[in-house]
Amino acid sequence: MTDAALTKDVMGAPARATRWRFVYVVHRNYLVWRKLIGSALVGHLADPLIWLVGLGFGLGKLMPPIGGLRYIEFLASGMLCYSAMNSASFEGLWSAFTRLKMQRTWESILNAPMTVGDVVIGEWVWAALKATLSGAAILLVMALLDIVKSPLAVWTLPILLLVGLAFAGLALIVTALAKTYDLFTYYFSLFLMPMTLISGVFFPLEQLPRAAQIAAQLLPLVHATTIARGLVVGTPIDQLLLHLAVLAIYAGVTVAVAVKLVERRLMH
Amino acid sequence: MLSVEHLRKRYGALEVVRDISFHVPAGQCFGLLGPNGAGKTTTMRCCLGLTQPDAGTIRLVGLPIPDRAREARVRVGVVPQFDNLDPDFTVTENLIVFGRYFGLSRRECEARVGYLLDFAGLADKADARIEALSGGMKRRLTLARALINDPQVLFMDEPTTGLDPQARHLVWDRLKALLTQGRTIVLTTHFMDEAQRLCDRVAIMDHGVLIAEEGPRRLIEREIEPTVIEVYGEGLQEWFETHGKMLSRRAELAGDTAFCYCDDPEPLLRTLEGKPELRALRRAANLEDVFLKLTGRDLRD
Repeated sequence: MTDAALTKDVMGAPARATRWRFVYVVHRNYLVWRKLIGSALVGHLADPLIWLVGLGFGLGKLMPPIGGLRYIEFLASGMLCYSAMNSASFEGLWSAFTRLKMQRTWESILNAPMTVGDVVIGEWVWAALKATLSGAAILLVMALLDIVKSPLAVWTLPILLLVGLAFAGLALIVTALAKTYDLFTYYFSLFLMPMTLISGVFFPLEQLPRAAQIAAQLLPLVHATTIARGLVVGTPIDQLLLHLAVLAIYAGVTVAVAVKLVERRLMH
Repeated sequence: MLSVEHLRKRYGALEVVRDISFHVPAGQCFGLLGPNGAGKTTTMRCCLGLTQPDAGTIRLVGLPIPDRAREARVRVGVVPQFDNLDPDFTVTENLIVFGRYFGLSRRECEARVGYLLDFAGLADKADARIEALSGGMKRRLTLARALINDPQVLFMDEPTTGLDPQARHLVWDRLKALLTQGRTIVLTTHFMDEAQRLCDRVAIMDHGVLIAEEGPRRLIEREIEPTVIEVYGEGLQEWFETHGKMLSRRAELAGDTAFCYCDDPEPLLRTLEGKPELRALRRAANLEDVFLKLTGRDLRD
């Protein structure tokens, strides 16, 4: 190729690069993920399989049915949301922080015609896609173990995307504020784990003290498990729109805050 | 191509850029020189729209900054001070993935990769991983990456810091080739030989202000005497007081070395004859002398 050919006008580029630029960031992360696809998929499948078989069949033998569900059925629909939450959080914390601070990947992207909004929204969408994928893997395991009761279960996938967006947004806020990886351990053990325990993942929240139930309602996870359980079992979901609205508000507000915080951090 | 008027930027109580103005015409190489903490990087970030200035107007490739900075960067390449190549990708993948951020298609990027790798002397490293590259190779790849969008203007923040002489010369050679192609280069550096070699014009910056702006040769002629005699050794102090100071236009004692700036060094050199304990080096004045004259010899950190 000659210099003249290289000097071909690129002025046509901005028109193409105006909207949906966050897709380039999603694509970048996808390309990296694809390199490790073998171990990624094994992890996605093996992890829920071990949990479901171990807890579901082991602990399940000791448990009475919950609301007409075998324990493994109850647990599996909770695990869907728990796994999506974990997956989005890991990606939005450790992986995103590595690209922000260790590798300076975000800074390099900002030297191109990209904005902080493009980068953060790209990371946000990517983390939610990974969350959806991990949910899909569990759904597959559930189908293999014959736990899925209703064809409506397929609708958990868009719900898990929303769950992923909500938790990825929260994670990106933490990442934007983090100086080191240490903060993420606190976020996991002091926020995500306690929330999981009061959000109907491993046991129903009806048996919890009233205060814990109210706290759970203010957080996103219980709304996710309520929707997912209804879809997997095929029972009607009370106040479906309210549950969806809470997840959507968490998703939208957190990503907006994350964009502002990263702007403050990088565009000083 | 780039014009900066009355730029100001403050961080807390410290005003790091204090009312600076300069213009870079198309096709020129402009060097922003200054000690650490002079405000060079901040100025460059403001020009790219990566930092919000407190006051002043900037136009880059005809567009107002920061309002339309994103669009301006379509025609700009950036070589940052710290390598931020993507360690998750190979050399070729780094170029292609970066090109995507400009809205270039994969095919358009691939069409440029061969030329860029040749240009950067990395043709045999196309599939290498980033951690397998030497410092000089990383810098050249960063340069190649900055060229993926065929930019009109190239911003380089200390392009050769940390490189060995061979690697530096190779980078300089590539930059000259880019200037020959008609591109505009804005670089920061604290290597005076680099500025002297590459830049059509240099601006010396210190404590947030521009204290001189000129072609490097003009700057040397205007600011400093043509010859420097550096003297050190036993009995320097006494020689300096009795001869050094008297026989040079300007002289200073820095640590254990006397720097004597002269129009005609012969009388001064004669006073050193028969004093083998004093060692002398005669050389032509360079940009570094101007730099030290204007910014002082105190350490900056």
